[in-house]
Amino acid sequence: MTARRAIPFSACAALLLAVPPFLPPYPLTLLTQILIFAIFAMSLDLLLGYTGLASLGHAAYFGIAAYAVAILATRSQASFWVCLLAAVFAATAVAAVFGFVAIRAVGVYFLMITLALGMVVWGLAFRWVSVTMGDNGISGIARPTLFGVSLASPLPFHYLSLAVFFVAFALLWLVVRSPFGLSLQGIRETERRMRALGYDVWLHKYLAFVLAGGFAGLAGALWAYYDGFVSPVEVHLVTSVETLLMVALGGPGTLFGPILGAAVIVLFKNLLSIYTKRWLLILGLVYIGVIVLTPKGILGALRGARR
Amino acid sequence: MSAALVVAGVSRSFGGLTAVHAVDLSLEPGERHAIIGPNGAGKTTLFNLIAGELAPSAGRIVVFGQDVTRLPPERRAALGLARTFQINTLFPNLTATENVLLAVQGTTPTKLRLHRPIESYRHLYERAAHLLDSVGLAGKGSEMVRTLSHGEQRQLEIALAIGGTPRILLLDEPTAGLSPSESQRLVRLLKRLETSLTLLVIEHDMDVVFEIAERITVLHDGKVIADGDRDQVKASPLVAEIYFGSD
Repeated sequence: MTARRAIPFSACAALLLAVPPFLPPYPLTLLTQILIFAIFAMSLDLLLGYTGLASLGHAAYFGIAAYAVAILATRSQASFWVCLLAAVFAATAVAAVFGFVAIRAVGVYFLMITLALGMVVWGLAFRWVSVTMGDNGISGIARPTLFGVSLASPLPFHYLSLAVFFVAFALLWLVVRSPFGLSLQGIRETERRMRALGYDVWLHKYLAFVLAGGFAGLAGALWAYYDGFVSPVEVHLVTSVETLLMVALGGPGTLFGPILGAAVIVLFKNLLSIYTKRWLLILGLVYIGVIVLTPKGILGALRGARR
Repeated sequence: MSAALVVAGVSRSFGGLTAVHAVDLSLEPGERHAIIGPNGAGKTTLFNLIAGELAPSAGRIVVFGQDVTRLPPERRAALGLARTFQINTLFPNLTATENVLLAVQGTTPTKLRLHRPIESYRHLYERAAHLLDSVGLAGKGSEMVRTLSHGEQRQLEIALAIGGTPRILLLDEPTAGLSPSESQRLVRLLKRLETSLTLLVIEHDMDVVFEIAERITVLHDGKVIADGDRDQVKASPLVAEIYFGSD
């Protein structure tokens, strides 16, 4: 990382570490939500922004991990680490299976197939009542005690989320900056040339798809503990679309963009909905504005302004 | 020593149209070979068949003794077959250096590494800088490819094609859209390429063809109508009639 970028980066990290104890409970929980959705949005950006694959079913992996935590924590009283590992594993495994089906398709067909696969998972969550409790969802997911600290109250849980966020960010940063990450961007730009240069395009897309599923699972597992409740909403199309919006709004093809997008949408959703039921309308208008004025998202606009 | 590239009885039809008809071609290692022919003769289709983007309807393609007829383009690239495109096929939103890096790592296992930032692979960057320098793009490395001129993008096409250290290079109209001086610069660049590199070039500019190639194949309506060394082809009345027009 260059010095020019290291300074604002460290400043953001320091703020995220120092500010939480001074925040009232409600803003603090909003910040926790932002962090969790930021992980989710970054995972989707690996597909959308870096590889050029627009998935409409990314909530499936988020939701599967959330359900894994819910089921293991409430029925088997499994520990946090077991739940977390099982959840990420489940999301990754399902992405590995779905990837086989989805990666063969391109463009709008890929969109449709991921949408269909997402609906399959939603259907299971809704109808497989003996496992998922159907529409009622699974409630009573207790937050764990880690290293002698109970995470039941907002502040310690926030720091757990922050730690997971930092780990996810660092790993994804490494992935997108690695030779593999550059290969993904090459595929996004010109698949035909990549084949001619010796790249197995299918394999690269597949690996990106599975990785993205795993990181979405990490976010989903955190979300289950954060909310204490998991229902079919978590795997619904609306959740997938919201996450796509976060990436598109913030700035695809960057890691900071999705974080910014997650922040804007979580705040809109929670704050605007206090004043109006039509917050989605306002969000829609903002989205149209961003797409028309700056196709590279808010981050693209900020970068443009600095030049 | 076996031939570098053998095309044996290769045909390809699209519906009722036979674009390439029973073409035979054999290139020795290090040979400089040109394919000429009027528009629609099937030259680019033949390239797409050799590179693996299209599957032949009949015939075999052999690269250094290995039958590659059923292999996808990326597997052929791994065997040392590289190509350029008639219309620039680059990565417009990446820098020139990143474009060449993709070419350099394309034939190495490095492309799948994801635990280290690419900046830590110094040798990749050194090779990329060397390649940019050799095609006359030194100092352009950090520029986005979409901001480069057409001529510079043509030069980058070559850098990408030789980035994976190929043994056979297919050049599809390398001088397309270049001014005469740019064209001359490109010819000098092509003549400086390793002598062990086998070169197959499609070109319309006959001056360029006669300067680069020792052997020439003339394609017309998907068929080989003449094949021989430079002077034979130059002298062939059949070629003059079909390619240069009879008068």
